[in-house]
Amino acid sequence: MTTPLTTALIAEDEPLLAQALQAELARAWPALKVLATVGDGATAVQQAMALQPDVLFFDIRMPGMSGLEAAAELADQWPSAGLGERAFPALVFVTAYDQYAVQAFEAQAVDYLLKPVQAARLQKTVEKLQLALAKPAQGAINFEATLGQLRNLLASPASAATPLTVIQASVGNGIRMVPVADVLCFEAADKYVRVLTLDREYLIRTPLKELMDQLDPQVFWQIHRGTVVRALAIESITRDEAGKTHLALRGLKERFIVSRLYAHLFKAM
Amino acid sequence: MKIDWLSKLQYFLQTMAFCLAISAIQYAFQPERPYEYPLVYSLCIGFFTWALIDFGRHPLSGNSEIGWPTGIRAFLLPLGGILGAFVLGILVADSWFGWSSWEEGRRATLPSALLITALSGASVTYYFYTRSKGSYLEAQVSEVSRQASEAKLKLLETQLEPHMLFNTLANLRVLIATDPQRAQDMLDRMVAYLRATLSASRASSHALEREFERLRDYLELMAVRMGPRLRYVLDLPPELASHSVPTLLLQPLVENSIKHGLEPALQGGGITITALREGTVLTLQVSDTGVGFDNQMPLVEGFGLAQVRERLAAAYGDRGWVERTSTPGHGTTVRLHLPLSP
Repeated sequence: MTTPLTTALIAEDEPLLAQALQAELARAWPALKVLATVGDGATAVQQAMALQPDVLFFDIRMPGMSGLEAAAELADQWPSAGLGERAFPALVFVTAYDQYAVQAFEAQAVDYLLKPVQAARLQKTVEKLQLALAKPAQGAINFEATLGQLRNLLASPASAATPLTVIQASVGNGIRMVPVADVLCFEAADKYVRVLTLDREYLIRTPLKELMDQLDPQVFWQIHRGTVVRALAIESITRDEAGKTHLALRGLKERFIVSRLYAHLFKAM
Repeated sequence: MKIDWLSKLQYFLQTMAFCLAISAIQYAFQPERPYEYPLVYSLCIGFFTWALIDFGRHPLSGNSEIGWPTGIRAFLLPLGGILGAFVLGILVADSWFGWSSWEEGRRATLPSALLITALSGASVTYYFYTRSKGSYLEAQVSEVSRQASEAKLKLLETQLEPHMLFNTLANLRVLIATDPQRAQDMLDRMVAYLRATLSASRASSHALEREFERLRDYLELMAVRMGPRLRYVLDLPPELASHSVPTLLLQPLVENSIKHGLEPALQGGGITITALREGTVLTLQVSDTGVGFDNQMPLVEGFGLAQVRERLAAAYGDRGWVERTSTPGHGTTVRLHLPLSP
């Protein structure tokens, strides 16, 4: 009987470092097969979906999408963990120097490597991974745990910013003052953020992340990487056949997709 | 409002000590009267003066940061405090001795007592006021110097950005095994870069030629890391090579181009650094083909550009200025203009 090969994907934007990690891994874990090496977050998600590796090594700072965002996006797209489905890959983040990220990884017990990657440290990570992969029965539980970890890692630390009370949206040549109390939903759209009220829609340029720091998380819930909705305005949550969760807001026809990362907000009581 | 009880106690004890001194002086002038008289009156009046003024100053001082009122209130506080303390103090002291100072016969001593109260009350209040102001100014000075050293630290931290250092070291570690010649070259550039950065605060200016050499070191280091995602061109006309400029003036701009322009771009891009002469003006231009930014965005100026602006202003006043243009998707250009003649 041959043991099935363990596979991995490396996402690292610096070519030399990607090569080096692959070489170090070949020494530390000869049975591991690196399926692909990619240089940015979006390609990492795409390749991970296509190749379904067992382990992901994601650099934090990458062009386009950060390693964390890519992992969250992948968690969202991953086929729902039914019987026979592949378990969500084990995640290892790689960073050169990110004080806050490292603290967060420690707090969330997420595996990480510091660059330059050192053989002894890598050996430890490999042992941990081998142990975790030997228990595939826990796949579903692990996936839930991973979702929780990613959610916490992506949550911006509680900020001391003064709460936003009014949105200044440019309309034609003027500025329209929109009270935050009237806003039902903020949605990131390309370079803009859509601000939806009962009767109108505004476009603003302030990034969603910046807005969220100034919104009360009790009042506005994040339901997707690019969507924040007023909790009290949520009318219903429905799941379609494909397993996607849709959210309806009172008074709006539009439906919003709830990311798997935030699906825990909507469990029947 | 937060009351500093320790300083209140301190002021109270100082006031009491002052009152003892006053009563001793009074006794020296009139040794025929028992010492108890001036002592009790002085302590009573002093106590009320302290209580009314030291506690009265807080509600009256409004937003004043020193904790003392300003304007007309600065006069009303001691005036009201001293008069009130004079009346209250005499009433309490009278009840101690069981007589009234307002009676016929005793009234004659009141004007001189009032004069002593007014003079000593005013001088003690003034003394406490200057002390409060002094400690406030002291706190201000230490706050400003703390901010200054913080800014210095922040400058060094941006120049020696840890993320850049560790990534460079990680690349170096790879090259040592695979390509020792390139590793040595990279190490030499890193040494030159570190030396220039660390001594930049000491030497205030160097030749444009040196400036371009340091930029090349930095770009070479970045080129090893980014591979084909970074291309660069340095263009320095020979006749401008020896012109003197503030050290590492362009460095933050090149860093910005990489960090905000090329690093977020999937395909990377190019950086062009040019020096050219336009009449009596030297124009230094850093332009990239990165992601750019929206010019209509509320202009948030980062630490790097703000620092360049400040250094230009410090070196050339009105004769040095910065302009920045950017097109989303096409890149950013920053131009520095400085006078060719000193």
